[in-house]
Amino acid sequence: MSDPRRPYVRPMAGWWRRNPFFVEYMVHEATALFVAAYALVLLVGLLRLAQGEAAWSGWLEALRSPLSVVFHVVLLTAIAYHAWTWFRIMPKTMPPLVVGGKRVAPATITACGLAAAGVCSLAVLALVLVLAGGLTR
Amino acid sequence: MSETGKNGKVIRIEVLRYRPEQDREPFLQSYDVPFTDDMSVLQGLQYIKDRLDGTLSFRWSCRMAICGSCGMMIDGEPCLACKTFLRDFPAGAVRVEALAHFPIERDLVIRMDDFLAKLESIKPWIVPKEERTLAQGEYLQTPAQLDVYEQFSSCINCLLCYAACPQYGLNPDFVGPGIMALLHRYNADSRDGAAAERMEVAGSEAGAFNCTAVGYCSEVCPKHVDPANAVNQNKTRAAGDYFLRLVRPKGGAK
Repeated sequence: MSDPRRPYVRPMAGWWRRNPFFVEYMVHEATALFVAAYALVLLVGLLRLAQGEAAWSGWLEALRSPLSVVFHVVLLTAIAYHAWTWFRIMPKTMPPLVVGGKRVAPATITACGLAAAGVCSLAVLALVLVLAGGLTR
Repeated sequence: MSETGKNGKVIRIEVLRYRPEQDREPFLQSYDVPFTDDMSVLQGLQYIKDRLDGTLSFRWSCRMAICGSCGMMIDGEPCLACKTFLRDFPAGAVRVEALAHFPIERDLVIRMDDFLAKLESIKPWIVPKEERTLAQGEYLQTPAQLDVYEQFSSCINCLLCYAACPQYGLNPDFVGPGIMALLHRYNADSRDGAAAERMEVAGSEAGAFNCTAVGYCSEVCPKHVDPANAVNQNKTRAAGDYFLRLVRPKGGAK
């Protein structure tokens, strides 16, 4: 550098290991890959359904294997963690929410987001159980 | 400054030194500093400069967390040295380095030319929406209008949020959390009329979308400004501007 002041620029390599906050950030970003993995599982299911009954049954059978069950438990854990970290940062991404002349606290926004995700998940689960009940009858 | 450790306590302060005229790269130098429980890290550095090594360089001024001069990495975290106390390092050692993500000018002094140029670019002052003469009196504002931007006006330009932002470290073109907080402070002010000009910066390649919501900037802010919130509110606004100009063209973004 021709600058006579010779400013020293420190390298950024390995930046995310320098601070526990960055490590946690990388972990919660990485859990997004588990969300994508589950989307792939569902897409494969759709593909097998389009290929006919035998393919569909094979896919259902594969889902019941112990390895698949373990995989799904891992996916559920990672996705739950992702949801929690996602709603934790949500208050920082929004304009101030004013209800009754007062700002809604960040913790309340996070709690509402988590509650909404919980209710939606339960509603989908209930719908699936009702549909499955209808099919087996 | 207290006399040499009345309570007999000594802390080892490791300082990242860099003297551009003689060092190829920075190196750690240790100093044993006697201290009392009321001494800040800044006072520890002043002890070194006054009694152990006059060649040590660092910035400071107010000693009470309002001037924003003494930002540095203390045990790897961006902190104001005047607001961090030696008693809080029970291991008997603390490492002090220049603020991360900025070029080191000398020892603990960083080069902030980049920040100052960006600060000018966003017009950090109120550009009146409507000019009023003195006879017309002051620009009035309701408490609700004040509340929208007040927290962002607490920024003291200490740059801790830049040292907390890996995206700024990886891409120094990013205008960064502090500038976005100040940009938002003026754009959100009901008396201001220059939001469109500032949004050219917020919506540019160097603007809000470099942020990946790490959120550490808001954690380290000594004045509770929440720059992450300012950046993310402007992502929404910049995206809105982008789509609105298809309907209502009035010039492009930078």
